[in-house]
Amino acid sequence: MKILLVDDEVELVSAMAERLSLRGIDADWTDSGEKALGMARQCEYDIAVLDMKMPKLNGLELRRQLSVICPPMKFIFLSGHGSVSDFEAGSAEAESYLIKPIRIEDLISKIEEATR
Amino acid sequence: MKPGDVMSILNKVKPQFWDTDTSTGPKSLFNYRRTWRLAIMLLAVVALVPLLIMTFIDYNVTRNSIESDSLLRTARTTSNTRRTIASFLNERDNALNFLVNYLGVKSLSNPKNLTSILDSMKNSFGGFVDIGLIDGQGQQVAYIGPYELLGRNYSEQEWFRKTLELGSYTSGVFLGFRGEPHLIIAQRVTDKKTGMNYVLRATLDTGQFNTILSSLDLPNEGEAFVVDRKGILQTPSKWHGKLLSEVDLPIPGYSEKTSVQQLTGKNNVDYTVGYAYIHDSPFIVLVIKKNRVLMKPWETIRIELFWMLAISIALILVVIVGVATYMVDKIYIADQIRARTLHQMEHTNRMASIGRLAAGVAHEINNPLAIINEKAGLINDLFYYKKEYAHDRRLQANINSIIASVERCGKITKRLLSFARHIDVREESIRFKNLAEEVIGFLQKEAEYRSIVIKMDIPEDLPKFVSDRGKLQQIFLNLVNNAFQAMNDGGKLSISAHKKTDKTLVFAVEDDGCGIPEADKKRIFDPFFSTKKKTGGTGLGLSITYGLIQELGGTMTVDSQVGKGTTFTITMPLNATPREANDNENTTG
Repeated sequence: MKILLVDDEVELVSAMAERLSLRGIDADWTDSGEKALGMARQCEYDIAVLDMKMPKLNGLELRRQLSVICPPMKFIFLSGHGSVSDFEAGSAEAESYLIKPIRIEDLISKIEEATR
Repeated sequence: MKPGDVMSILNKVKPQFWDTDTSTGPKSLFNYRRTWRLAIMLLAVVALVPLLIMTFIDYNVTRNSIESDSLLRTARTTSNTRRTIASFLNERDNALNFLVNYLGVKSLSNPKNLTSILDSMKNSFGGFVDIGLIDGQGQQVAYIGPYELLGRNYSEQEWFRKTLELGSYTSGVFLGFRGEPHLIIAQRVTDKKTGMNYVLRATLDTGQFNTILSSLDLPNEGEAFVVDRKGILQTPSKWHGKLLSEVDLPIPGYSEKTSVQQLTGKNNVDYTVGYAYIHDSPFIVLVIKKNRVLMKPWETIRIELFWMLAISIALILVVIVGVATYMVDKIYIADQIRARTLHQMEHTNRMASIGRLAAGVAHEINNPLAIINEKAGLINDLFYYKKEYAHDRRLQANINSIIASVERCGKITKRLLSFARHIDVREESIRFKNLAEEVIGFLQKEAEYRSIVIKMDIPEDLPKFVSDRGKLQQIFLNLVNNAFQAMNDGGKLSISAHKKTDKTLVFAVEDDGCGIPEADKKRIFDPFFSTKKKTGGTGLGLSITYGLIQELGGTMTVDSQVGKGTTFTITMPLNATPREANDNENTTG
């Protein structure tokens, strides 16, 4: 199982990837949507964890483009925001929607749920 | 009736606006009593002044017309009487004149002739008592009559001299030798042969005079009589003096025509006096009427007028006060509703702003918090997976404490976010237990500091209900906040809920605080009513809460005892069809 983490906060996303790796989950990370699209070209990721709010390409848009490249890919949204529209859109278009800060255990269980 | 009863009746009829506190809000807007007084005063002036002026004019016109009418009638009576008396005297004067010219001295001095003359005059004219001829020296040379007057000398008498001088004379009434009231008419006769002057004199009794005067139809206590120019009564009077004594009224000066005067007699009685001087005689006809009697019809009209005025004024005032009270009450109620709506809108907007601000802050904090969380988690993981520091329990404990703190921060920001989110949401299915816990969550710390015990009595099977979560949150937040302010440290707050009927839920927020005095209870939901003004209360909290509950289709009642505590009870429909809320809420999303 391979995971792609996308968040504009490098510190956050890198630490998260490392923690997942420590738990034996293969995770790549990047800090922008464009880079993520490039990385996903081979369609090697089973699941993508995306930040809802990112400069230029936001989470929802990125999810749509990734789906085009790789239709079977699953998604989990992360957000620091709690607005209704955000929540509703996020929950509708992804397997899960988590509000930061998250517990790594919660994330792993959501990932397992999504890929099961 | 006891004074307490009066007060309670007054309280019942007292309009709603009466007790409005004018110390809050814009003064001109809230001084309903002044508006009320002004309205009554203006309406009363506008309505009553024309009425009073009209009544005053009518009063004077009626009075003048009655007065002038009575003057006119008096004048007419006087004039008629004068004419009658003048013609009475004239007739007899002319009769003598005729005798003098027709018969001459010789024939007149014959007693036989004189007797037949007196007889025919008595028969045809009436009023003649005797007749006599007096020579130039005053000696009566012929006399026919009931008295022995032949040979009497009249040379010293005034009437004798005046007759010789003027040719004709009418005397005033006097008693004379006979003790009977009578008057004399006399004519000068010149003997054509000798050129000597004689006087033909006749005596008239006053009986016919009296008959003329007493036949006049005069109102009560009115009378007519004749006086001479000195004011000596010539005919009898009932009220104004004895015969041949001076009349008790001032005699007006000479006037050619009949005139009428208002006089004040003794005892300050007012009279209307018509008087007329009779030409070529010493007589004045007086017709006297008492003003009080004359004005009797006026009295009746005046009383009627007064009652009409009094009843009209009373009626107008009652209507004015009623209308003014009704209108000002309506304005008051409209103002109250407007103020409540306005402040609710303002409050909603403010809450939305606070929500947006909270959401913004929460979001901004969440991002660095997430980094701290991940970094600390990573360190913890490293300890755990690499085993290098696994033995260092203190380091691990510190890390765990950091992670725990971050989690706490996360909870706070999530709560803030959820609060902000609910401000936007309109309708959703609500579990009251969750909502109550959320609300208490905001005040948990304060409750702990003040050792306030919060008891929740919410049954697990309480059905969910559809409502606006944000508004419900505000309602309960306001009520719990109020309860906190009313309680001392160590108080007890209880929130309970139960299903009342199939369609309604009942919630209660109960505290054991200071309570609400009976007098304030009616007004606690009014905008700007506050007992904490000095400490910065706006008096809007409960008013807004009340408005929100109404918007959600619910009702709120209050039950309170001073010193024991207060219970706010809210009844909410299970499936609300909320009233249309303000549109500008839509812009807050």
